[in-house]
Amino acid sequence: MNYINIKNNQTIALSAIPESNYESFFDQNLDLMRGHTERHCVNYFGYKVGNNVKLICCIADDLTHEIFISTCLVNKAHSLESMSREMLCFEKFEREIHENFGIPYVDHPWLKPVRYPENRDDLSQTIENYPFYSIESEELHEVGVGPIHAGIIEPGHFRFICNGEQILHLEIQLGYQHRGIEQLFIDKKQLLQRATLAENIAGDTVVGHSTAFAQVWESLCHFEPTQAMQFSRTLALELERIAIHTGDLSAACTDVAYQLGSAVFGRLRTPIVNFMQEWGGNRLSKGLIRPGYSPFPFTPSLAKRLIEILDIFEPEFDEMANKTFSLSSVLSRFERTGVVSNTDALNIGTVGMAARMTNLNRDIRASHPTDYYLQLHHQPILKRHGDVYSRIQIRRLEVKQSIQYIRTLLAGMPNLDVQPKEFKIPQSNAFSISLVEGWRGEICHCAITDPTGDLLHYKIKDPSFHNWLALALSVRNNEISDFPICNKSFNLSYAGHDL
Amino acid sequence: MLSLILISIAALFFTGIIIRTKSIASGRKGPGILQPVFDVLKLFRKGSVYSETSGFVFRIAPIIYFSSVVLAMLTVPFGASKGFISFNGDFIFFAYVLALGKFFSIIGALDTGSSFEGMGASREALYSMFAEPAFFILMGSLALITGHTSFQEIFSTLHLGSSITYAIAILASFVLLLIAMIENSRMPIDDPKTHLELTMIHEVMILDNSGFDLGLILSTGYIKFAMYGALIFNLFVGLIPYGYAILIFFALQAFLAILIGIIESFIARSRMNHNAQFIVVLSSVSLLIFFGVLLVLGKFI
Repeated sequence: MNYINIKNNQTIALSAIPESNYESFFDQNLDLMRGHTERHCVNYFGYKVGNNVKLICCIADDLTHEIFISTCLVNKAHSLESMSREMLCFEKFEREIHENFGIPYVDHPWLKPVRYPENRDDLSQTIENYPFYSIESEELHEVGVGPIHAGIIEPGHFRFICNGEQILHLEIQLGYQHRGIEQLFIDKKQLLQRATLAENIAGDTVVGHSTAFAQVWESLCHFEPTQAMQFSRTLALELERIAIHTGDLSAACTDVAYQLGSAVFGRLRTPIVNFMQEWGGNRLSKGLIRPGYSPFPFTPSLAKRLIEILDIFEPEFDEMANKTFSLSSVLSRFERTGVVSNTDALNIGTVGMAARMTNLNRDIRASHPTDYYLQLHHQPILKRHGDVYSRIQIRRLEVKQSIQYIRTLLAGMPNLDVQPKEFKIPQSNAFSISLVEGWRGEICHCAITDPTGDLLHYKIKDPSFHNWLALALSVRNNEISDFPICNKSFNLSYAGHDL
Repeated sequence: MLSLILISIAALFFTGIIIRTKSIASGRKGPGILQPVFDVLKLFRKGSVYSETSGFVFRIAPIIYFSSVVLAMLTVPFGASKGFISFNGDFIFFAYVLALGKFFSIIGALDTGSSFEGMGASREALYSMFAEPAFFILMGSLALITGHTSFQEIFSTLHLGSSITYAIAILASFVLLLIAMIENSRMPIDDPKTHLELTMIHEVMILDNSGFDLGLILSTGYIKFAMYGALIFNLFVGLIPYGYAILIFFALQAFLAILIGIIESFIARSRMNHNAQFIVVLSSVSLLIFFGVLLVLGKFI
């Protein structure tokens, strides 16, 4: 057994991770995954150690709440066998390792660039000469969309190969938003700078990413967050979920030109984000969550205010949702559009809503709970069809569930912190991992420290990383005019992917 | 002559009323009724930008599109008062002069060489093709029942006497209203508000047009609506005195605009592959009118 079992938010000494050669690393990780649908790879990355690259693979088990960490040291000179051959879910991780360090994989299905980081191995590969898939045919035509889009969204290029109105293939080219966030985590030495960076990984998942960072950092420092801090993180995560899901419902209605739903859901998002403003001074919750302390304590008067807001929000949300979900013209657009099968979702390793829509139970709140989720005993909402309707319904039901959780949380509010706890420096030569269920799905942050206790490597995985492929698969054989609604029903992050 | 003036006036308000209705239905105040006109006036003062890949077809297309609709408008009568142009078979002229304009707007879109505009053009061509039989079966039936072949004569001799003629007129207004919505790329066929190129039909065809050209295309849309409204009005007006007829004309146009606004506010748009079926249904409604006419005339064996 060449791996170590740890729990979510646990810090271990780097030397405690058993190291093996690539052959046994390869066999062992595939053996861990094979036949175990409850296990999935949460992160697989490399970092430079001298002239070699150290690979770290983290596989989470959803039933035993454990994460299996294993490592191996490889050299750029030796080509490696690809795990993607056996398990497609490693595909993107291996592409990333190949792009960053130039490690040659002999039998990877398709070693395309991921995001063009500035410190990539092969600088001759640029975003302009991306190797698109193409088909020579008289009947088929290509449609390119983006990277600049008609709406105010982020940049990304979509290339369709269509037969008339029918999509045969979609290729998604990302990387336009690359800011070098992971490198910045190492370059910026102050904790506040790093916390601010974490908030800006993906603008719509501020709470998710800043909670993940805070947990990694506190775990490295062996700092136990107080009850009040845990409380405000859980609460903020659920509020963020409500706000974004409601906004997504509005956007889905806009895409099928259902004006009433678009207007009403759009308005309903406002009281929630305005509450975040009241609480932390920012509608997107920036600055709300910081490692080691709570800059904006959740006071009883805020609790009273939140209950008032939810009491108005919930009946209005129900009314609009009932109307939308009983309107035949809306349902005819949502149902059986953009289907991803359970097998495909499992193979490519989707997480979050993109997994739960196909009855694949992936929810960190239930599988690796932290903070107040330990008490909430979260039951993930699962749908079976994997179509747009499933994804939209999950949003509706999760909003209801989150409101319920918030009411439960508010009934048992902890006391406010009297004085801030002492903060130590991070453990040296350590490895730490944190999993957080953001509204989009599983967020994974990993940190490795050097002998002085400073960051040596920081690795971020946004749920969008795997899920973009699910979008590409979902639109196959659909009409090209249904692409926008498929895209919106996933609502993946460009910035979170490009980092 | 009278119809020309009245349609032009109605065109100023029609789109504004639709937009205002939709705004109110979604809980917003909305722009003034004349805002679309101000938008067009603003565009008329601007120059156009042409892409390097487009040729002369792209430049003349908006003008031909606009003039085709103006030409079609000249044939529309107002009750007993003739249109500017009136001759036997002018409804065929009406349909094909509109088709000519559409043809140019389609090849103008293709001329840009954009894959989006090509898609929009192919959709527009398909839907216009499907809508054509509905219009001709409808007008043919009306010609058959009245025994005349010009708009003015058909409408002035169309007497709404028995209940079956009322039924025919109501079905005919339904067909004309939906043809107007298809021709103007409104819901549930197309969504004029969408920002998503891949789902657009008409909007995507005019993505490259700007300034003066765009102003022409927008005003063409306004006129088209009022023109179809006038056709529907003609079905019912008979020989009512002008004073009342003018009032009824504007009331009907406002009613149609509000109706369209309400339809667009409370339903979602159809899936693209349902559109063709939906439009073909119009032809079958027209066939129903045709059989109704045969019944009235006693020619049904």
